[in-house]
Amino acid sequence: MAEMNRGAARWQDELYDLLRRNKITQFAYVPDAGHRILIDRSLADPGAQSVALTTEEEGVALLAGADLGGARGVLLMQSSGTGNCVNMLSLMKGGHFPLLTLVSMRGDFGEGNPWQYPMGQAVEPVLRAMGVICLRIERPEEVIPTVEGALTMVFQGGNAVAVLLTQRLLGAKAF
Amino acid sequence: MATYPQGVDMAAAIAAGFILDRREAVPMLIGRHEDFLFVTGLAGTARDIAALTHDGAHIYTMAGAMGGAAMIGLGLALARPDKRVLVATGDGELLMNVGALATIAVLNPPNLAIVCVDNGHYGETGYQKSHTSLGVDLEKIAAGCGITRTRTVSKESDLASGARLLREGNGTAFVVLRVKPDDPPPYKRNLDPAACRIRFRAALLAAG
Repeated sequence: MAEMNRGAARWQDELYDLLRRNKITQFAYVPDAGHRILIDRSLADPGAQSVALTTEEEGVALLAGADLGGARGVLLMQSSGTGNCVNMLSLMKGGHFPLLTLVSMRGDFGEGNPWQYPMGQAVEPVLRAMGVICLRIERPEEVIPTVEGALTMVFQGGNAVAVLLTQRLLGAKAF
Repeated sequence: MATYPQGVDMAAAIAAGFILDRREAVPMLIGRHEDFLFVTGLAGTARDIAALTHDGAHIYTMAGAMGGAAMIGLGLALARPDKRVLVATGDGELLMNVGALATIAVLNPPNLAIVCVDNGHYGETGYQKSHTSLGVDLEKIAAGCGITRTRTVSKESDLASGARLLREGNGTAFVVLRVKPDDPPPYKRNLDPAACRIRFRAALLAAG
């Protein structure tokens, strides 16, 4: 576990730097252990705006507003939160707003909590139904190249993209 | 005798303090609309602001994705601290995602103001009563979230202080504009969310 956390710390720090190099300034999130380092870095960064949400759909709307003002953001959430976003994704699809979201997965590989399966297994079909492209990451070395690709797809390609940080990558939470 | 939307008990609404005419009160509260970037909710407030601005390039009106207006306003206000952002939305739209007030209060951007045009009803769907006709007080909710600059404007003599609050920059402002449950201006605005995004960005980002 400690070994895994050190590995996660390394790619999460690189990931934060990558996002900031790509002019991401608004970091919106419902707190989640899988995004801990990104959240803490955004809180400590005077050049970033760290926005704690009460529900994930607030973050979708926030990022539409950021885009109207010419700024870029990212939504950090757990897989269960994708379900809270569904109707608000109408705004992104209908308005052709760019959307980058990083989703820490539950309810997939190695999950021990039965409550996490219904939404965890529905993440990809639900997001795809709302026009969001899903990219899965299973290994630490895939994180940076995948998010680099996602950044281009979102902010140059004009798409909504969810990067799914799977439980093979993050490790399943012990119960 | 005045005609009212079908199903509205106007005498009861007026007795409960929903008195002002939105077609007069919204323009009076806002004043010079060119001073703001606008995000609006659906239906009523979208028509109020589209009529006020002739569907200007400084407004983004919604016709779906209910519950998003206040947070779009927050994202825009954080992106553009050099501009004043005014969210105009209805009681039903705000109630759908009322937690947004908590999120906004924590950040308290000084260039953001929220006007809730509260008619106590879901006007677009047949004037069913909303929670604000049944005892829920959105100003108290906003204040309870920690927004310190709040007002309820329910009569003409309140309008001037409400208007001042929207233009002060000491923290996020929240104004409940209580109006009678009557129809908004019949303005036909652009309903294409992608075209309106491009229009808004082109005007704002070209202006610097």
